[in-house]
Amino acid sequence: MNTLGTSENPLQVAVVGSGPSGFYAAEALIKSGRAVRVGMFERLASPFGLVRSGVAPDHPKLKQAILVYDKIARAPEFSFFGNINVGKDIMLGELHQNYHAVLFTCGAETDRRLGISGEDLRGSHTATELVGWYNGHPDYRDRVFDLSHEVAVIIGQGNVAADVCRILAKTADELKHTDISEHALDTLAESKVREIHAIGRRGPAQAKFTSRELREFGELGDCDPGVDALELTLNPESEAELADKNNVVSAKNVEIFRDFARRTPSKHRRCIFQFLRGPVRLEGTGRLERVVLERNRLQGAPFQQSARGTGEISTLECGILFRSIGYKGVAVSEAPFDKRNGVMPNRAGRVLDSDGSVVPGLYCAGWIKRGPTGIIGTNRACSVETVGSLLADLDALATRDAKSGMAGVRALIEQRGLRAVNYDGWLKLDAAEVERGKLKGKPREKFTRLHEMLALLG
Amino acid sequence: MTTIVTENCLRCRFTDCVTVCPVNCFHGDDEMLYIDPEVCIDCSACVPECPVHAIHEGEDIPDNLKDWIQINAERAPNLPVIDGKQDPLPTAEARQAELGY
Repeated sequence: MNTLGTSENPLQVAVVGSGPSGFYAAEALIKSGRAVRVGMFERLASPFGLVRSGVAPDHPKLKQAILVYDKIARAPEFSFFGNINVGKDIMLGELHQNYHAVLFTCGAETDRRLGISGEDLRGSHTATELVGWYNGHPDYRDRVFDLSHEVAVIIGQGNVAADVCRILAKTADELKHTDISEHALDTLAESKVREIHAIGRRGPAQAKFTSRELREFGELGDCDPGVDALELTLNPESEAELADKNNVVSAKNVEIFRDFARRTPSKHRRCIFQFLRGPVRLEGTGRLERVVLERNRLQGAPFQQSARGTGEISTLECGILFRSIGYKGVAVSEAPFDKRNGVMPNRAGRVLDSDGSVVPGLYCAGWIKRGPTGIIGTNRACSVETVGSLLADLDALATRDAKSGMAGVRALIEQRGLRAVNYDGWLKLDAAEVERGKLKGKPREKFTRLHEMLALLG
Repeated sequence: MTTIVTENCLRCRFTDCVTVCPVNCFHGDDEMLYIDPEVCIDCSACVPECPVHAIHEGEDIPDNLKDWIQINAERAPNLPVIDGKQDPLPTAEARQAELGY
């Protein structure tokens, strides 16, 4: 048998998931100088993960990362299997039979819970649901959000929370030329929300917004940002954090909050940032009516400060609440999973068994590897590390017989009567979405139902 | 909005920034790196990666560094893409200390 990674015996890798980390893993493999074949498996009919269904519709520039993924997808070494759910349509064991290595890049698909009473009341949602809904993700397309009450609450102060606040704060005019899904635009156009509260359990110096996202709240068409100046009095530990040369983002954020606090509101809507408060329970008869908040204080050394409840309670009447306190990975059947942290246990991307030993041929990258932190580009470094581990294992991955890769998987797909969408199929859907968008002055109008997509592909 | 590499990169060229660039928009000569503004998507991932704070974006570009907007735009497209970590210049450590980082 020829050496693995040569043209006679190419390295066959299955990548599960088609978001940024999947594409950066594919890129690193293709650019490795070895002969490789990459099969990418995606449970939806469309690729690109959170760049398509997470990045906010009013941030079109970030979505240009797709141009890079498109180039990778057109490489001759690459094949795309959309609408194929690994663990359901095709089992992990079957991927192992056809590929030398399986690399999971399936992200963190669920939200962390607050763990308080009333969390499941009608009107209490996750940020993921709203984000998926306005971005036309088929899983969330039919969610119903009641925006008939004037007050909306968002728990969390990171960039996902910022997206949720901003989309609720913008007017239909500000959104109608983005790729926001039609069903969401129609609902948001009728929204009665006038007050949006973004609530963080720690202080303004610890808010996780990027300065760029925070600044946008000062530039909205019909919404003023609001901060109570008293809330910007910092404890000495937070002042020490801001004085650190390597903590420029927080210093800038506090400066932006101070600017917000000086403004006199004149617009129809307000987005109010509140700090040092945590939800203790949600209340209401049959549906959410109010959130009960406890005042926090910070405890600990600079950069290690955590929020502790003070016992001081307040209530905030509201009609809808979104929790945005982080994502969590979901287990894939047959693969090791660390339930507590919502990741696959791994060492530099090599997946580990419960006894800490390396599972041969199994790798992970992106959020399922390191948890839901960082932004699009962070996943590139992460995937490069995993592919480095994989290539270092080449001798161990070599098998007596060549792996059949794409051909083997195609046979399974045919046998089972599955409808896989290949990359050419996606390009057809992509062109049709752009065409639908043109009529409305939008960059695209996404398909939000699988049957529409499959019908178009015939 | 523009994101640019500025003078602190000179004699350093740490290249930590390129590992997190989602669109491979960094280009380099022997002295430093530059960002191609036509390719950059302003995601800010690179900004905190630079050990000598050479990368600035949009409204946060200090006035005395504004010339670098044009320098990045002119030089980047004519230089090779740098898309992986390279060794910093031999002068990098001394320069970092000199800059106070």
